[in-house]
Amino acid sequence: MDPQAYIVMSAILFSIALLGVMIRRNVLIVFMCIELMLNASNLALVTFSRMHGSLDGQIAAFFVMVVAAAEVVVGLAIIVTIYRTRRSASVDDANLLKF
Amino acid sequence: MTPLEVTQATGLFSLSWLLIAIPGVIAALLLVAGKVSNPWGHILATLAPIASFVLALLLFLQLLGRGVGDRSVNLKLYDWIAVGNWHIEAGLQIDQLSIIFALLITSVGSLIHIYSIGYMAHDPNRRRFFAYLNLFIAAMLLLVLANNYFALFVGWEGVGLASYLLIGFWQDRPTAATAAKKAFVVNRVGDLGMSVGIAFMLYLFGSVQFSDVNAGAANMTFTQATILGLLLLLGACGKSAQVPLQSWLLDAMEGPTPVSALIHAATMVTAGVYLIVRSHAIFAQTETAALVVSIIGTVTLLAGAWIGCSKDDIKKVLAGSTMSQIGYMMLAAGIGPAGYAFAIFHLVNHGFFKANMFLGAGSVMHATDDDVNMRHYGALRKALPITFVTFGMGYLAIIGFPFLSGYFSKDHIVEAAFDRSWILGVLALIGAGVTAFYMTRLMIMTWFGRDRYADGVHPHESPLIMTVPLILLAIGSVFAGLLLNDWIGGWLDPAVGGQSGHSGIFDFSLIGGITLPVVAIGVVIAILIFGRGRQIPVEQPASRSPFTLAGRNDLYGDAINEAVFMRPGIGLVEGVTKTDTGGVDGAILGVSGIIAGVGARLRRWQSGFVRSYALTMIAGAFLVGIVVVLGRLA
Amino acid sequence: MIVPLVTGASFAFWMLMPVMILGALGTILARKPVHSALSLAAVMVSLAVQYAAQQAPFLFAVQIIVYTGAILMLFLFVMMIVGVDTSESLVETIKGQRVLAILAALGFFILLIFAVGNALVGRPTGLAQANNANGGNVQGLAALIFGRYVVAFEATSALLITAALGAMVLAHRERTRKKKTQAELVTERLRKYAETGAHPGALPPPGVYARHNAVDTPALLANGEIAEVSVSSTLRQRGSVQNPADLIAPTKQTVQAIAPDRAENPATAVASYVPHPATPARGIQPELEPGESEEEN
Repeated sequence: MDPQAYIVMSAILFSIALLGVMIRRNVLIVFMCIELMLNASNLALVTFSRMHGSLDGQIAAFFVMVVAAAEVVVGLAIIVTIYRTRRSASVDDANLLKF
Repeated sequence: MTPLEVTQATGLFSLSWLLIAIPGVIAALLLVAGKVSNPWGHILATLAPIASFVLALLLFLQLLGRGVGDRSVNLKLYDWIAVGNWHIEAGLQIDQLSIIFALLITSVGSLIHIYSIGYMAHDPNRRRFFAYLNLFIAAMLLLVLANNYFALFVGWEGVGLASYLLIGFWQDRPTAATAAKKAFVVNRVGDLGMSVGIAFMLYLFGSVQFSDVNAGAANMTFTQATILGLLLLLGACGKSAQVPLQSWLLDAMEGPTPVSALIHAATMVTAGVYLIVRSHAIFAQTETAALVVSIIGTVTLLAGAWIGCSKDDIKKVLAGSTMSQIGYMMLAAGIGPAGYAFAIFHLVNHGFFKANMFLGAGSVMHATDDDVNMRHYGALRKALPITFVTFGMGYLAIIGFPFLSGYFSKDHIVEAAFDRSWILGVLALIGAGVTAFYMTRLMIMTWFGRDRYADGVHPHESPLIMTVPLILLAIGSVFAGLLLNDWIGGWLDPAVGGQSGHSGIFDFSLIGGITLPVVAIGVVIAILIFGRGRQIPVEQPASRSPFTLAGRNDLYGDAINEAVFMRPGIGLVEGVTKTDTGGVDGAILGVSGIIAGVGARLRRWQSGFVRSYALTMIAGAFLVGIVVVLGRLA
Repeated sequence: MIVPLVTGASFAFWMLMPVMILGALGTILARKPVHSALSLAAVMVSLAVQYAAQQAPFLFAVQIIVYTGAILMLFLFVMMIVGVDTSESLVETIKGQRVLAILAALGFFILLIFAVGNALVGRPTGLAQANNANGGNVQGLAALIFGRYVVAFEATSALLITAALGAMVLAHRERTRKKKTQAELVTERLRKYAETGAHPGALPPPGVYARHNAVDTPALLANGEIAEVSVSSTLRQRGSVQNPADLIAPTKQTVQAIAPDRAENPATAVASYVPHPATPARGIQPELEPGESEEEN
């Protein structure tokens, strides 16, 4: 199987997720898009791992998953906290930090 | 000239720091203790200079016992500043010059302290006054005992501070406050020269210790020596009230009279002379700077005498006289090796007779309800017999009556001036005549003639505590010349690199022969104008004479300062302010305005919407990527 | 070695490619976050298959367990807290955001293809050798993790602990009032009963019918009326409560059908008895339990 197909797939997924981050307002969906980006890059890593015949790429993907898990835990806690105080799940409502 | 051998301090000399520490600590104690020390503060403060005097006397006797080569003692206290190659130590140097000064300061200082107990008896702030006096003594001793220019400068500024505090001691009087401020500001001009000079020394020699400077001075070029000499001269002019920085001294008479006697006659104002003599090695390298010193001295000599002739305020007459006498010293110091010892000789004599006369004036003021106008005096010799006699001694000493102190020292200076240049000699001679004139005028107006004081005033002799110092100082004025004349030249010459030569008591020279008649002419003229049968108006008569008007206005010193420095200074400041607000501020505000405007528009991008930021970030990453890819392709 | 025309890997890829793209689009386009999460789950499982196809069986398992299992579940939990039905308006509020976002994403996609695709030259080496070196993929990864990457691995443990602590700190809420004891709760409940007449006991459970026993079936009182409080107020307001008339209709018919038999047997018939076959089985029990509503505050 040609690795280029996987890479293109990864790029497609990444770009779609990117678009999602930019156009969606629901903070949970934005967060899921970020997870999707991580997954897309994982796919690229695994592909490169096979491409070069080395397991280091898989290790990198593994670490990405671990860090993603930690990130999700903290990120969701933040989302819950914000929701508790502002009663809103929209990223546009959390816009106090501006001019 | 070979630099002097400097020996390290041992025995009693290692305690010489106590000279400075005793009055310094007591000053601090009195200032910190506050009202608690009111009942005994003045006694304690009076003991301080006496203790220092005893110590100085012991040191002096030890020095006398030593050989000529061992008389310069160096006491290193501690390393003060160590920066790079510069190691400046705090140390004292006890040598022939500094011990003479220490003795003068502590002896005259002690007498004036004692006098002040009586003079300031009714002042509620007497303790503060004594604390300042002690502070002054400590600073002045540091000035003369320091073994380097840095420590000297600390003392220099210390006496400036004490002078400022004491001139403005009665700070509720606006004139006193203004006079203090004026003295402070004018002194700063001199200090500028002083500090730049010290920096220049550091640059030239890498050290400011007297011994190093003296050793290095021989290697200076003429230009360097001239610059350094003139810088030091500027400092000396400020402190010693020499033209063109003379204007503060007359106003400084606003302070209590003991202050005028101690600081503005006997000691502090002579610090400039000390500085020049101490820096003899530098002036030895530069004919020009030395000549400038002499010229300044001569000009001041005449200017002071001129002012003295036209004032009616007894203290201002004496102040003019002080300027004039310091002018003599500067003239002598500028003459070079032949004059250093005479400058110091005259300085010591002047310290005695001028302090004597100032204290006498204080006694007169004490008797006449603090009136200083001589036109309101007259015939006081009956009311204040002791003061009259002591004052008379001072008078005879200053005009150069034979065998009194002024006779020796002033004649030496006039002689040395003639040796240097006949112009300087003639001018110095004229000065001697004028001195005789205005001092005689002062004597006649104060002590003789008809009494002119106001009805309510009942002149009375001062208490014993004030007259005893007067008597002691009068003895000093009479005999100092006789005692020191034969000795001081030989004593000082090794320390100051002088070649004054010895002169006996009865050595009469042609110049000396001319001086006496000139002085006599001055006295006679004064007697003719103000003497018996002449009415002295109580009000100052209007005068058209430009000489009189100029003298009464301090030779327009303030007007000149105002016209030459102040108005252009104000103009300059205004111009600079305009340039600053218009040009510099305009440019800066313009730039900041542009930035603020841009920022006001750019901050719209700071919308608070995370999604916009994400878009910006991705667009930026995209652009960077494009650049990288294009860079690869190119 | 014979290279088959269509390998298992390429089959999996081409089959799952549309699933993944549609899933990703669904993630970013669904109005409700739950739909997004489900679409994302589809993408993730598909990705797991791709890992498996690329000789990464360990990541295949981890992807399913950690991502699909744990992380997405966490998302769903939070979604329940934050509001499962918070669908956002599709009107874009920031001017030009949508157009620019699409352009940027497109540009970035092209850039990725150019940049990353550039790095792919030649045939893949394959992982057979690397996997076999330690006796398998998992063993090979373990050798790397506990060998070359052990420091990073230990660092991740610290990271995870920190993250857990951080989440606890963030989610923690200070109790502003003292927790009520059971005795206080009883006192309060009985006082309320004395003052307002509110029933001190537990609310009646939903009714149990022959064909229904869900939460949307109201219970019947002894007099045949509906016990309103037996159904959640949310369901009542939504109007999704079952009609009790429909519920009891079959029972009624049966009772009517057997009524003649009953009438013939007066010994068992009760004259005034209106057939209520669905009598509240447990009725209102005076059993006291700590009320849920108070507990939460």
